[in-house]
Amino acid sequence: MGRENNLSPVEHIKKRSNYLRGSIVESLADPLTGALAEDDTQLTKFHGFYQQDDRDLRADRTRRKLEPDYSFMIRVRVPGGVTTPAQWLALDALAVSHANNTLRLTTRQAFQFHGVKKGNVKATIRRINDSLLSTIAACGDVNRNIMCTPLAEISAVHEAAYKVAGDISEHLAPRTTAYHEIWLDKTRVAGTPDHEPIYGETYLPRKFKIAMAIPPSNDVDVFAHDLSFIAIEKDGELAGFNVLVGGGMGVTHGEPETYPRVADVIGFCNVEQAVSVAEHVVGVQRDFGDRSNRKHARLKYTIDDRGLDWFREALAERLDFALAEPEPFQFTSRGDRFGWQQDQRGSWHLTLFVPEGRIQDKGRSRLLTALRELAGIHKGEFRLTANQNLIVSGVASTDRKDVERLFEQHGVNLLQTLSPLRQQALACVALPTCALAMAEAERYLPDLTGKIEGLLQSHGLLEESISLRITGCPNGCARPYLAEIALVGKAPGRYNLYLGGDAEGMRLNRLVEENIDETQILAKLDRAFAQFAGERQMSESFGDFANRERFAEAGAN
Amino acid sequence: MAAVPNAKPAPPLTSDTLQSLRSVVADFDHDQLLWSSGYLAGLAGAAATEALPPPAADAGADTWTVFYATETGNSRRIAQSLGERAKEAGIAVELQDLRDYRPKGLAKLSNALFVVATHGIGEPPDGSELFFEFWLGERAPRLEQLNYSVLALGDSSYADFCAMGQILDDRLRALGAKPVVDRMECDLDYDAPAAAWTKSVVEHAVANSATEPPQSVRSPHLRAVSNRLTYTRDTPFPAEILLDQPITGQGSGKDVRHIELDLESSGLRYEPGDSLGVVPQNPPQLVEALLEATRLDGDSEVNVNDSPMALSAALATHREITIVNRPLLETVAQHHDDLQSILADRNRLTEFFASRQVIDLFADYRKDWSSQELVDCLRRLTPRLYSIASSPDANPDEAHLTVSVVRYEQFGRPHWGSASNFLAGGASQVPVYIEPNDRFRLPQDGDTPIIMVGAGTGVAPYRAFVEHRREHGQGGDNWLIFGDRNFASDFLYQLEWLRYRKDGILTRMDVAFSRDQQQKIYVQHKILEQAQRLYAWLERGAHFYVCGDAERMAGDVHQALLSVVQQQGKLSAERAAEYVNELKSGRRYQRDVY
Repeated sequence: MGRENNLSPVEHIKKRSNYLRGSIVESLADPLTGALAEDDTQLTKFHGFYQQDDRDLRADRTRRKLEPDYSFMIRVRVPGGVTTPAQWLALDALAVSHANNTLRLTTRQAFQFHGVKKGNVKATIRRINDSLLSTIAACGDVNRNIMCTPLAEISAVHEAAYKVAGDISEHLAPRTTAYHEIWLDKTRVAGTPDHEPIYGETYLPRKFKIAMAIPPSNDVDVFAHDLSFIAIEKDGELAGFNVLVGGGMGVTHGEPETYPRVADVIGFCNVEQAVSVAEHVVGVQRDFGDRSNRKHARLKYTIDDRGLDWFREALAERLDFALAEPEPFQFTSRGDRFGWQQDQRGSWHLTLFVPEGRIQDKGRSRLLTALRELAGIHKGEFRLTANQNLIVSGVASTDRKDVERLFEQHGVNLLQTLSPLRQQALACVALPTCALAMAEAERYLPDLTGKIEGLLQSHGLLEESISLRITGCPNGCARPYLAEIALVGKAPGRYNLYLGGDAEGMRLNRLVEENIDETQILAKLDRAFAQFAGERQMSESFGDFANRERFAEAGAN
Repeated sequence: MAAVPNAKPAPPLTSDTLQSLRSVVADFDHDQLLWSSGYLAGLAGAAATEALPPPAADAGADTWTVFYATETGNSRRIAQSLGERAKEAGIAVELQDLRDYRPKGLAKLSNALFVVATHGIGEPPDGSELFFEFWLGERAPRLEQLNYSVLALGDSSYADFCAMGQILDDRLRALGAKPVVDRMECDLDYDAPAAAWTKSVVEHAVANSATEPPQSVRSPHLRAVSNRLTYTRDTPFPAEILLDQPITGQGSGKDVRHIELDLESSGLRYEPGDSLGVVPQNPPQLVEALLEATRLDGDSEVNVNDSPMALSAALATHREITIVNRPLLETVAQHHDDLQSILADRNRLTEFFASRQVIDLFADYRKDWSSQELVDCLRRLTPRLYSIASSPDANPDEAHLTVSVVRYEQFGRPHWGSASNFLAGGASQVPVYIEPNDRFRLPQDGDTPIIMVGAGTGVAPYRAFVEHRREHGQGGDNWLIFGDRNFASDFLYQLEWLRYRKDGILTRMDVAFSRDQQQKIYVQHKILEQAQRLYAWLERGAHFYVCGDAERMAGDVHQALLSVVQQQGKLSAERAAEYVNELKSGRRYQRDVY
C-alpha cells in the first residue's frame, strides 16, 4: 500500500531496538526516576509489562514537584489459564512481596500484578520464570496469551485442545534472546545473531489475539479475536477446529474508521494443522497489516480493506493444505457455572466467583489467603476463566468438604446467591493505574451492578440472565461490544451506553446514547427494562429484545 | 573528627579541654580510637611543619584585632558592631574571620578580641578547626605579649554550651596572655551580654590607648550606611508568603514545604548560599498547652522589656517556648531534685536537651508559677535561619525556602517547631532579613565543577546554586548527591532535578534513600561508591559542598571524603588529611550544617 514511508513511530522504535533490547537495562538502572525512558515503555510490553502510574495522585504529585507515582503492571502468560499449585504459590508470594497484595485475573485468562516498582521488576519476572511461567509476549505487537475454554465436563476434549493451545503459544513465541539476557542474566552466545523467523525484526503491526472455544460454552468470546478456533468434538474426541479470523473489539472515540468486528468462520482444520494455520494467518497480517496507523492495524482492518476473499486466497497460498468446510457448532452460554461440577472421570471442579477478577483479602473475605492455603494442599490445578473467575480443578470426592471448610474459615462464602447479572458482569482494570482509562470500571462495577439490580428487581427481572460489561476506554479489554448492556468510558463519570448484544456472544451491540452520566444511564435502562418486561416475546433475552427494538434509532425513547 | 583538639595525656590540655575531648571520643570503638590517634598525630605534624607566611604588616601596638568564628553570623555581627563602637571611640580595629587566618599570626599581635561561637556538640565553628588545633597543640608558642578578651557564644540547649570560648580562654591564659576583660558567655539571646562586653573592652582600649580619641565620632562611611533603608535582624521586613506547597508525598514521615516569599520593595539582596532569618511567632496551640501546664491565665499582664502585655502575647512573640536551655532547666530544677541529678550527669543532660521541649519541662515538673516568673525564666525568642533555596537572578524579588515542619507526638503530647509552624501555619506575612554566608559560595569561575552533598532540606542551597548557574549560562559541571528517607515520597524537588539533568545542567546526580531497603544507605555511601569519579572531579578543581545535619551527616561525609582521598590518591592518612585541609583553606570545601 506504499505506507512504508509513513511508518508509525512505534515501528521505528521496534526497528532500532535490536530485537526488543532498546535501552531497557539502562532505564532499569536509573535511580532518579521510577519510570523508563519513553521508547523503552513501548518495548517492555513485548517483555510482558506496562508502565503505569497512580492517576489518582498524579496532579497532586506534580504540584509537590514529584514525578508521578510510577509502577508497573506485569502480565503472566498462562496458555489456557492453567496453573499448578506450586505456580500459584509462587505468584501469590510475588503479589505480597513485590506487588500490591492482589492478583488480578484478566479476561484473557492471564494473571496481572499491579503496583510493581521499577526496582522490583527484574526480580518479579525472574521468579515468574523460575516457576516455569513467563511474561514474554504477554503484551506487545505479537501473539499474546492464548485463551482456551477451561471447561471441566468434557475433559478429554479440553485436554487435547489445551495441548494445541500450548503448541501454538510456543510456536508463536518471540525468539529474541533479549528477554533471557535482560531478565534471566543469560549471556548471549557469541556469533549468534538474533533472528525472528515468524515475526521479523519489526514484529507485527499491532497486538494479535488467539482464542479457542469448546462448545457449547463460548466463554472465551470466540468472535472477538484476530484468530480463533472452535473445537469440534466427534465421539468424545477432539476432531479438529473451525477457523475464525478478523474479530476484534478495539475502537477509538471519534474515529469512525475504527469499529468492533465479529470474526468470520473461514473453514475447518484438523488437530495437526492448527499450528500451521496460526503461523500463516500471523504471516499474512505481518506482511499486509497497516504499519502507518496503529489504530487501524489489527487483522480485522486488513481483512476489511482487502476483502475476505482476498484473505482466504492469501492464506491458501501459504498453507500446504486446504481448509475444509466448517463444521456445525452451537453455543448456549458465555458465563461460568459456579459451584461444583464433576467430570467424566469422577474428578470435581469448583468454580469460584471472583469479584471484578481481583484476588485479595478484603473485609471479611480473605480470598487471597484462602487460595494460598489451598494451594499448599491442593493436588489438582487452578484454572482461570475468561470471565475473570477461578476454577479449583481436580478435587477428589473425599476432599470436597475440606476445600469448602477452608473457604468458609476465610470468610469466602461459596453459597452466597448472586444475581445472574452480577455473576456475568465484567470490568477492565481502568483507573487508577491504566494509562488508557478515561473513566472508572473495576472500582465502579460493584456499585453500578447494585443499582442496576435494583432496577431489575422493580421490574421483576432480577433472575434474568443479562450480560453487563464496563470498560474505562473504547479499547475493549472486557469485550464490551458483545455484551447485552455495555458502558464504555468517555470521561470521568461519563459513558457511552450500548445495548443489544446476544447471550452467546455472536452479535455486536449498538450505541444507544453517547457521553451520559449515571443518572441518565439508569433512567435509560429503567425505561428499557419496563418496556422489556411488558413487551418481550416468550423467553426472549434482553439483548435480543434491545436489538429488535433498536433503542438507538428510537432516539428519545 | 577534624574538630578534636590536638590531645596529649598530660598538659597542655586543661582539665576542661581534656574533658571535652574525652566526651567526643567516649563512644569510639577500638578502631576509631586508633584511627583518630593517627589522624591527630598527622594534624600536629602538619601544623608544625606548615610554612607560614609572615603576617601582614604588623598591627600597631594600639590596634585591636577582633577575631570572630561563626556558624550562623552572630559572631560576625557582634564583631562588626564592636568594630563600629571602637572606631567611634577612636580605636583602630581590624576584623578577622578566624577561618581565613594563619594561626601563627597571633604570636605577633599585642591586642586581640575573640568572639567565638560553639557549634553543636561542643565543636568550633566550621573552618576554624585549624586555628584551634594549632593553639591547643603542644607546639603553640608562648603569648606573653598578648592582651585579650573572649566573648563566648553558645546555645545552652546543648550540654557543652560555650565550650570553645572556655577552652580558648583557658588556653590563652595558660600560654601567658593577659585577659583584660573577663570572659563573657552568651546564650542565643546574646544582645545584652554582648553589648556589656563590647562596652567593657572598648572602655579598656580607650583607657590604655596612647592616642587621643578623634573629635568626629562617626565616619562618613558609617553615616552613609546608616541612612540607607535596610531591614535587619532587629528591623525585619514583613514578607508576604506567595506559596506554601507541601513537597513530600503521601506516606512520607515528614512534612516538607516549599515556601516562596515576596521581597519586592524590601531592597533585600542575597546571593546563592545566603540564609534567610525568620523572626517567628510560636504556634497558638503550643502557647495554650503551656498555659494549661502552668495553670496560668493568658490574659494576665506581664512585663517584657518594661512593656506591659498579656502573658499569651509574651509567650507567642517574645519568649522561646520550644527549646530548653540550661538557665531554664536550672530554674525549674530548684523545685525538683530529679532535675538536679540530671543537671549533674552530662549524658543524661545531653539526652534531656535532645528529647525534651519546654512544654515537657512544665508539664512534667509542675510548680505554681506566677505569670511574670514564667516570662522571666524563659529566654528571648530568637530568629531561625533557613538556607535560601532560590537564585535571586532566576526569581527576582523572591526568596524560596525548604522548610521541614516540626510537628510530632512524644511523651503523650504534641510538639511543635516554632518557625516551621509559623511559616507553614497559614500566616500571610513573616518578618525576615538576610543573613549573608560568605562561607558557602559558588566558585568565582563559572566553569569550575562543583560537587554538592545534601541530605533532606540540606538540598535547599543547591537549588539556588543550580538555578544561578543555569540563569547565567555557566558551563561548569554540577554533581548533586542527595539523601533522604524514601524515593517515592521524599525526593525533594525531583521534577526539577530531572529537568535539569535532561537539559544537561545537572551533570550527574546520585541519590541515597535510607529506608528503601533493609540496609540504610546514606550520602556518605554514595561518596564512597563514587570514589574514583569524585577524586577525579577534585583533581579537576571541583568545589565540594556539604549542607544539612551537623550532628551525624556532616561528620560521616567528612570521613568519607578523607577515605576517598586517601584511597584514590594512594595517600597516607596524614597526607589525606592535609589534602582535605588544603581544600578547606582554599575554600573548595565548604559546609553549611546545622
